[in-house]
This record gives sequence, structure tokens and C-alpha cells, in this order.
Amino acid sequence: MSRDRATLPTYALHAAVILGLFLLQFVLPEYHHGVLARVMVLAVFAMGYNLLFGYTGLLSLGHAMFFSAGLYGAGLAIEHLGWSMLPAFGAGLAVGALLGLVIGLLALRTTGVAFMIVTMMFAQVFYLVTLYFADWTHGDEGFVIAQPLRQVSIGNLYFDLTQPATRYTAAWLLFSIVLIVTLLIVRSAHGRVLIAIRENEERTRMLGYDAFANKLVAVVVSAIICAAAGAAYAILFGYVGSTFASVQYSILPLLWVLLGGGATTLGPILGTLFMYYIVDITSAFTSAYLFIVGLALILLVLFFPKGVLGTIRDRWLGWLP
Amino acid sequence: MSFGPHLLLATLEGLVTAAVLALTALGLSLVFGVMRVVNVAHGEFFMLGAVLAWAVTTALGGHPAIGFLLALVVSPLIVGGIALVAERLVLRRLNYNPEATIVATIGMLYILQQAALTFYGPEARPVEPPFNYRILLPWFGYSGYKLSIVGASILLMIAAWFVLTKTRIGLVMRATQYDRETAQAFGIPVDRVYAGVFALGAMLAAVAAVLVVPIQQAHYLMGLDPLLLSFIVVIIGGLGSLRGTVVAAVLIGLSDGIISVFFSPTLAKMIATLLVALVLVFRPQGLFGTVAR
Repeated sequence: MSRDRATLPTYALHAAVILGLFLLQFVLPEYHHGVLARVMVLAVFAMGYNLLFGYTGLLSLGHAMFFSAGLYGAGLAIEHLGWSMLPAFGAGLAVGALLGLVIGLLALRTTGVAFMIVTMMFAQVFYLVTLYFADWTHGDEGFVIAQPLRQVSIGNLYFDLTQPATRYTAAWLLFSIVLIVTLLIVRSAHGRVLIAIRENEERTRMLGYDAFANKLVAVVVSAIICAAAGAAYAILFGYVGSTFASVQYSILPLLWVLLGGGATTLGPILGTLFMYYIVDITSAFTSAYLFIVGLALILLVLFFPKGVLGTIRDRWLGWLP
Repeated sequence: MSFGPHLLLATLEGLVTAAVLALTALGLSLVFGVMRVVNVAHGEFFMLGAVLAWAVTTALGGHPAIGFLLALVVSPLIVGGIALVAERLVLRRLNYNPEATIVATIGMLYILQQAALTFYGPEARPVEPPFNYRILLPWFGYSGYKLSIVGASILLMIAAWFVLTKTRIGLVMRATQYDRETAQAFGIPVDRVYAGVFALGAMLAAVAAVLVVPIQQAHYLMGLDPLLLSFIVVIIGGLGSLRGTVVAAVLIGLSDGIISVFFSPTLAKMIATLLVALVLVFRPQGLFGTVAR
């Protein structure tokens, strides 16, 4: 089978990407160094989204709630409970997992268009909750996590995540772990079932797989990954605000994944990176940033529904995972 | 003001909301019912209607009533034209695939919003009502214009009902909604019906916006609330059901008006959205709809 022969190039490619991203920090100028750290964290968000949208074929319009569950889970634990960084990160993941489980149990009762609307509405409720409890969340304005709270000592080692180099390495570490986890998931039996569900749910069920249970696991894992991105964002960049829970942050991961290529492991980072720089470069000429986003969405869905890596895979590299 | 009059005021405000909502939601419901397309840009057609109404009345000057009446004709026509172009250029090429059209209409939403921001600006601008007449009740005076919105909406809904059930156009639309392929086999130009329905849906939103803009200023972000509320109405009322849309609009409009007067508006929206999401989860055909085939 070609898939098995493709194992070596697949792992080599991923190892090269991980190594390359690690080495880039020594050569990049200061500005791009900061951008790449941010892009890697956002790419984790996109990878979590891709697991559900690309591989399982479930189009959610509410993933901002999972990202901000991690963001607020970690941010509020540091700010109001005085937790240190690592337990706070864990709190973010736990909140994301719990929310994923509840939303999954409810939303997976629907399919197709209803699933999109239901996830969008739950996310809107979450957004309104962050506005309503403004005493703790400071609503739209948000709050900044003070620098001393973003430092951690493990044993004799001391990490200051407000330092660009440490921050970059932390973002890189999270990105690498999630990339490897995604790769292992999509190559596992569970991952194959998810793809089968995307292609033909009825047939998968007829073959004896529990489609609901598999989809539920996918929603929860996707939620945990997105929450990890949110929690890391809060800790690394020190800002927590309800903008991250708004509809726009549910659309952005969709855009990144569509651009990079749905159902490809490396598509999310590629899409996030491209989009970040497209907006960054065009903002020098025009402030019409939403126009670019809108146009990109329409053009992609019209002419490149498989995104950059999806097209490359179709044309040349059939083994890309 | 004591509780009774306060409740009356809340009810009147709720009725006005319901009147505008019924028109907007009817547009969304038609597009979904006939074309099976979830138009996320529907709220932006509403916003465009309001912004164009401001542009028309400002350009014309003179007595506010003349500008307003002209806006009531011109603004929906332009919005309908834009919707028609968008449908031909984008939605038709996507073959009305549900997921692709959602992504594409999200794209339209951003483009229209940015266009309004660039050409119209970030300010909220008022439009003069066509007439100023206060109806004096024993407890408070109430704007006659607001009541005329309710009247206009009722007339338009009756007209819509008439067109849908008694005319050939309505018959063709219902046939397409019921079974696209059979309709095509019977010589109904399904493709043109789709284009017409999409434009009509956008025009209904624009009419609603022109009616509401004298009491609520035109702003480039004003489309989001009508979009979410229309979704809510369409879901509760059952998709593609005119009667359900009207009943749900009155229900949502009144409860929104009353809850917002007595409690926090954010809390009201939160509870309403959550309830509707749960309706969609546990009773996908809506509260008044029947099970789809």
C-alpha cells in the first residue's frame, strides 16, 4: 500500500518542519520573530479546528468558544484565583474539555446546516456570558495579566515567558506537540473512522462503527486543542478579552484551514502564516482588512476549495497526510 | 409610571420590533425554504437598506416624506440588484452546496460591511421620519410613526401571503421548494426562480431596514442583531412557513421588548439564544413546523 510506504517521507517532512521552525528563531529579525510566535499559537487553534472540519467533515461556526474557554480558563485562574502558570494552563484545558463534551453531546444531535447554526448560537451565548460577567472578565475591554504572573520555575529551572526567546520556544513546543498528536490521530484507526464518517456516515455506521461516539471524541479533542491554544495565548501574550469569543474568531480558523488546505496536517500553519502576512502587508496600503478576509473566503471556496496543500496533494504529492 | 402603563409601553415597543423582524425573517426563510441556502449575509442586506435610505434622503433634501417614500422604492431595488449579482457570480457557481454557500455568504458579509465602513463611515446617522405625530395616551405620548411601521408590516405580510398562495409566481416558488427536480422536469426555470428568490429575500430585509431607520440610526454594524434574531425566528417558526414566521416574530419581538424593559438586554439575548439553540437541538422542525419529508 502506498500509504505505508509513505511513512518515512511523512515523518521526515514533519520533523523537518518542526526543526526548521525551531531554527528560524535564530535568524529572524525581531518583528517577524514575534509574529511567528503568535502565528504558531494561532496555528494550534487552526489545527484543532481542522481535526473537526477537515478530517471529520463537521463545519462548526462556534470554535471561538473553545479558544476563549482556554483563554478565560487560564486567564481567570491566574487573575482571580492566584494560580501559577502551569495549573492555570491545565485549568484552561479542563474548561475546554468540559465545554467540548457538553456542546458535543448537544450539537451532535443535529447535522448539516443545523449543526453550523447551533454551534454559532452556543458560541454567541458564550460571548454574551463573557460580556455579562464583566465584573470578572472586564467584558470588551478585557484585562492584562501582569508580567510577574507569567513566569514559572520548575525545579531549579526558571522560565520568563515575557522574554521573546522563551516565548517563541514555548509556542514552538506547543505547536510541535499538537502537530505530532494530530499526525498520530489522523493515522490511527480512530482517525480513519473520522475520515470515513466525513465521506459517508451511513456506510460507516453500517460497517459497525459507532459514528456518534467517534464524532464526540473528535469534538472533545478538537475543543481541548483549541483551548490549549487559547490558554497559551493568555499566558504568552498576557491579554484576555471578549473579542476572542466573538463570531469573527470562529470564522478565522475556518479561513486559515480553507487557505492552507483542509484535512492536511500542515495546512493550518501554512494558512495561518499566509493570512497573517497577507493582512499585515495589505494593511500598509489599505485599512480595508475585512474586505481582504471576505474576498479570500469567496475566492477560496469558488476556485480552491481544497486550499494550497490540498491542491498540491491532488496534483503531485499523494502521500501528504 | 406604574406597572400597567409600563407594560403597555414595553408591549408597543415589542410590537414594533416584531413588525420589522417578521419582514426580515421572511426574507431569510424564503431563501432557506426555496434554495436551501443559509444566507449569513442577510443582516448586511438589512444594513445596506438602511444606509442607502440615509443616502437617498440626504441627497434629495426637501420634505422628509418625499425622500422617505423614494428611499422605500430605491433602496430595496439597489439591494435586490446587488443580491442578484452576488447570486449569479457566486452562489450559482457553487451549485448551492450548503457548506460552501455558508462560507461564501460569510465572505459577502465581510465585504459588504467593509464597503459600508469605507464609503459611509463609522458614524451612526439618523433619517428624518416622514411625519411627526404623537398619539396621546392617558399615561404617555407614543410616536405615530412607530405604529405606522406595524401597519405597513401587516400590509406587506398580507401581500406576501397573497403572492405565495394565490398567484402563479407563488405557485412556482412553492413547487421549487417542494421538489426542485420535479419542478425542473415540469418546465419551471428553477435557475431563474433561485435568482429571483435570493433578490426578493434581500429586498424584504431592505424594506424592513428603511422602515426602521427613522427610529434606529443607520450604522455599518447594525446587521448583526437582525441576522441573529431572524435566525431565531426562522428556527422557532419552522423553516419556510409563513404563518410560523409571523407567530414566532411576534413572540420573539414581544418577549425581547418586555424582557429588555424589565431586565438587562444582554441577559435577555443570552437566554433567548440559548433557548433557541436548544429548540434546534431537540425539535429541529421548529415549534410550529411539521417534520420534513
